[in-house]
Amino acid sequence: MIRVQNLVKRFGEVAAVDGVSFDVQAGEIFAFLGPNGAGKTTTIQMLTTLLRPTEGSITLDGLDPVSKPLDVRRRFGIVFQDPSLDSELTAAENMDLHGVLYHVPRRIRVERAETLLKLFELWDRRNSRVKEFSGGMRRRLEIARGLLHTPKILFLDEPTLGLDPQSRNLLWTHIKHLNETEGVTVFLTTHYMDEAERVARRIAIIDHGRIVAQGTPGELKQQTGSESLEQAFLALTGSTIRDEQADGSDQMRRMAKMWRR
Amino acid sequence: MAVIYILWLREVKKYLRSKPQVIASLGQPLMYLLVLGFGLGPIFQRAGQGNYLQFVAPGVIGMSILFSSIFSGVGLLWDRQFGFLKETLVAPVPRLQIMVGRTLGGATTALMQGTLILVICLIAGFRPYDLTALPLAFLFMVLIAIVFAALGTAIGSALKDMQGFQMVMNFLVMPIFFLSGALYPLTDLPMPLTIATHVDPLAYGIDGLRGAFSGESHFGALTDLAILGTVASCFLALGAWSFSRIQV
Repeated sequence: MIRVQNLVKRFGEVAAVDGVSFDVQAGEIFAFLGPNGAGKTTTIQMLTTLLRPTEGSITLDGLDPVSKPLDVRRRFGIVFQDPSLDSELTAAENMDLHGVLYHVPRRIRVERAETLLKLFELWDRRNSRVKEFSGGMRRRLEIARGLLHTPKILFLDEPTLGLDPQSRNLLWTHIKHLNETEGVTVFLTTHYMDEAERVARRIAIIDHGRIVAQGTPGELKQQTGSESLEQAFLALTGSTIRDEQADGSDQMRRMAKMWRR
Repeated sequence: MAVIYILWLREVKKYLRSKPQVIASLGQPLMYLLVLGFGLGPIFQRAGQGNYLQFVAPGVIGMSILFSSIFSGVGLLWDRQFGFLKETLVAPVPRLQIMVGRTLGGATTALMQGTLILVICLIAGFRPYDLTALPLAFLFMVLIAIVFAALGTAIGSALKDMQGFQMVMNFLVMPIFFLSGALYPLTDLPMPLTIATHVDPLAYGIDGLRGAFSGESHFGALTDLAILGTVASCFLALGAWSFSRIQV
């Protein structure tokens, strides 16, 4: 379903993604793991037509995101790592706008929005503006919105960041269900190894822009002689802490937060 | 169409919900209208040009449309910084539709702002000479809004952060305003200024507005319409092109 070959993305001198190759089968749940700044989000941005690769090739469902962006966009849905809601609009309006953008017929749009908002316990607040929401609520809305339409491929970029265990459990149960009943291919990233182990059939570990290992959770543990995926992950990527470069938008967000206080 | 409509509606809703911002954006035009309108009035009269309030009101209306529509393009910058832009960019919708929805939304809010200023001008004592010319005046307001909302989109797509916007404000938007003849008549200007005012699209917009309101036009209504229409198509194409090239 997804095939990536020798993918490279350079920002000036820095290669954020440096020769990555992997395959994701149709109907599979694939976890893409790595420390901060390893190149996960950059890879997802290239897969989802937001960035053009410097080198290498990508096909999604047989299509190239660079030459056929619109056709590729018809095939996937995404929950972004960073916020992407309109905070001036209400929860219901954000859902509705998404439904229109993805051509979900009105009747289904309304029904599914209700189901999802109830599932993620946002129904009572559907007419509140998102700027009044807490971090966890925004995150839940973001996920509910991402599930409003049923894509062939679902990208989840650290979807559980900032969620409580209840919501996390709810999310993964729902994702597994979608995967089993509708055959949605899932491509996810997370920092919680237990989640990856629980839901993913195969895992690729990326570090410094290169894939350092891939296989089933069992294979990765065996390969490193570790007992848990967490240990396997640390064995493969080392235990030093990485800092991501703050870019313009991060600085901007911080400034906006200051102003609001 | 549904996509264009919902993105248009988003802009309008956001405008109607940000009442403090609407009020704040009335401040500057009011200063120009009241302080300049009444302050320069006596001198203008003595120079034999008639009532300055009558002269400056169309300029102030044009100015408020200019600023609002350019700012609507900057909304793109905020959407980029706060992530919502990505949501629209990965949607299976041609970017042209997204751009058109946003731009028309921006133009509509600018038009509302302009209408609000027109009402304030009427309260302050501004009198159009002929009410039948109001539809023509409105047409010019629409054209000004579209021209600069499209320019705003082009700028918003090209800029990465707010610092860049300061530059645009000082070196593009303010000159467009000051060279438009909003505040002074375009006749008998020094040569360089004449040339500069002739390449300023807002000059034609304000001239058209003034023509419709007072019956006296510098370029002539047809020239104004033709030039604004052409510039609008060019800027829309430019905005669409630059929007299509956005990478996050």
